[in-house]
Amino acid sequence: MRNILMLIVFLTIFSFFMYVAINPGDFNSQTGEHFVFGSPKFTDMDNYFIHNAQNQTGANNVVTSIVFDYRGFDTLGEASVLFTAVLGVGLALRLLRGDKK
Amino acid sequence: MMSKIVRTQANFLYPFILIFGFYIVAHGHLTPGGGFQGGAVIATGIALVIVAYGYDRIKSWIKKSTLTATESIGLLCFILTAFIGIGTSFFYNFLANSGLLFGDRVSYGVNPGYLNTAGTLPIMNLAVGIEVLGGLGAILMYMMSYGKEVDK
Repeated sequence: MRNILMLIVFLTIFSFFMYVAINPGDFNSQTGEHFVFGSPKFTDMDNYFIHNAQNQTGANNVVTSIVFDYRGFDTLGEASVLFTAVLGVGLALRLLRGDKK
Repeated sequence: MMSKIVRTQANFLYPFILIFGFYIVAHGHLTPGGGFQGGAVIATGIALVIVAYGYDRIKSWIKKSTLTATESIGLLCFILTAFIGIGTSFFYNFLANSGLLFGDRVSYGVNPGYLNTAGTLPIMNLAVGIEVLGGLGAILMYMMSYGKEVDK
């Protein structure tokens, strides 16, 4: 019973993804763009960073300007994760009251 | 404590490892690398000294409380630097192109790279580097404090 249920769920999801992958997609006659699953619309973000990062932040290293300036929240999260990791290690390996020294 | 050969090598090598780590941190806005990577390199130097001399001898030189305090100070500096620019937005680069500390302009395109640029990025790199070296060093010290030294 359970195997049959799993098979049905698997076939449903598999057929959905196969349909989306084979689907020719929508054609926008105004701009001539062709939207297919897996090849999304072109975005401007990468060109924006390459052309403006040096002028806006003054850093030659565009990766650093993204990590610490444009995506500062991400770095704040990473730093908090490291802090929490040290906190966890310190709690797990702390000297208990019964331990000597 | 390891043999005399290992201790001599560690004595010779650890200043160079620390200098290389601080170089990576200080040049984070010019070359590949940055706070996390440079802090990890500095923590490698600390690990070399800890392994060469053993926890029992090292614990009077490097204290766990010092390392954890270093880590907290680094994280606080990072958050404070982000908060100074809160007049415009959180993580606003208020020093960039201002002419003050780290405030020189840089021209678009290929250039040799100057240290006195990039605004708050070097400060944040330094803060994250301090935090990572304190955190990884503290983890190492906590783990080494539960090992037992065996005499051969």
